[in-house]
Amino acid sequence: MEIKYITKNNALVAKLYGDFDEYTAEYVRMSLDRILADINFGIGASVILDFSHVSFMDSTGIGVLIGRYKKYQKKQVNLQIANPPAQVDRILKMAGIYSLMPLI
Amino acid sequence: MKTKFSMQVDAVLANESFIRSTVANFALHLKPTVSEINDIKTAVSEAVTNAIVHGYCGKCGTIFVECEIDEDVLKVCIKDNGIGIKDIKKAREPFYTTKKDEERSGMGFTLMETFMDSLDVKNNAGGGVAVFMTKRIFN
Repeated sequence: MEIKYITKNNALVAKLYGDFDEYTAEYVRMSLDRILADINFGIGASVILDFSHVSFMDSTGIGVLIGRYKKYQKKQVNLQIANPPAQVDRILKMAGIYSLMPLI
Repeated sequence: MKTKFSMQVDAVLANESFIRSTVANFALHLKPTVSEINDIKTAVSEAVTNAIVHGYCGKCGTIFVECEIDEDVLKVCIKDNGIGIKDIKKAREPFYTTKKDEERSGMGFTLMETFMDSLDVKNNAGGGVAVFMTKRIFN
C-alpha cells in the first residue's frame, strides 16, 4: 500500500495504491492522520480518497475509514470517496460508508 | 472433479495476501468470474484476520488452510489454535466487536456470510477456531 497526495481544483486528493487490509491498515491510518495534523485545512475543506488503484479491501478498511471520519470531523474536514472498484464499492455500500463520506 | 490442497502458514499479517490469493488461485479450477474470485478473497481475508487478531492476539501461531473442490463447489476451512471465541452467536452479529477501542468494524463474519454460500464457525475441542465456508461456482 502506498498513498500519494496531489492537489486538484483546490482539493487534496489521496490516491491509494495496493491492498487495503489488516497488514496495510496501520500505514493508511498513520498517513491520513499525519496529513490532518500537518496541513492547515480551512473549515469545510475536503479530502478526496481516490480508490481507483486499490486492488483489494476487506472489513479492516471499513474500520480505518470510520476512524478517520471521526478524526476529520473533529476538525471539520470532509472526506469523500472517488473511483472505488466493484469489490471495494460493494463493501463500502454494505457498511453504509457513503452516508459518512459521499461518493463523488 | 474432486481435488484438494492444504497448507500451514505462520499467523502473521504479511501472509494475509498470500493466503487469500492462494485460495483464489485454487478456485480457478472452477473458472469463477472476477466477482466470484473477489468474494472468495474477501471471505478468506476476513477469516485469516480473525485468526491473527482475535485468535492469536498478534502472538506467534499457525494458520491451517484446507480447501477442496467437489464438483462445482469450493470448500474452504481456516483453522487456528488460538484462544477461541467466547460467544460465537454474538460474534456473528453485524457490527459486533470485542475490540471496541481498536477501530474494528465488526463486519468480518457478515462479509464471510454474504460472499460465500455457507458459513459454519466452531471452537475446536483442543482450542482455537475452525471456520468452514462453501461457495458454488456456476459456469
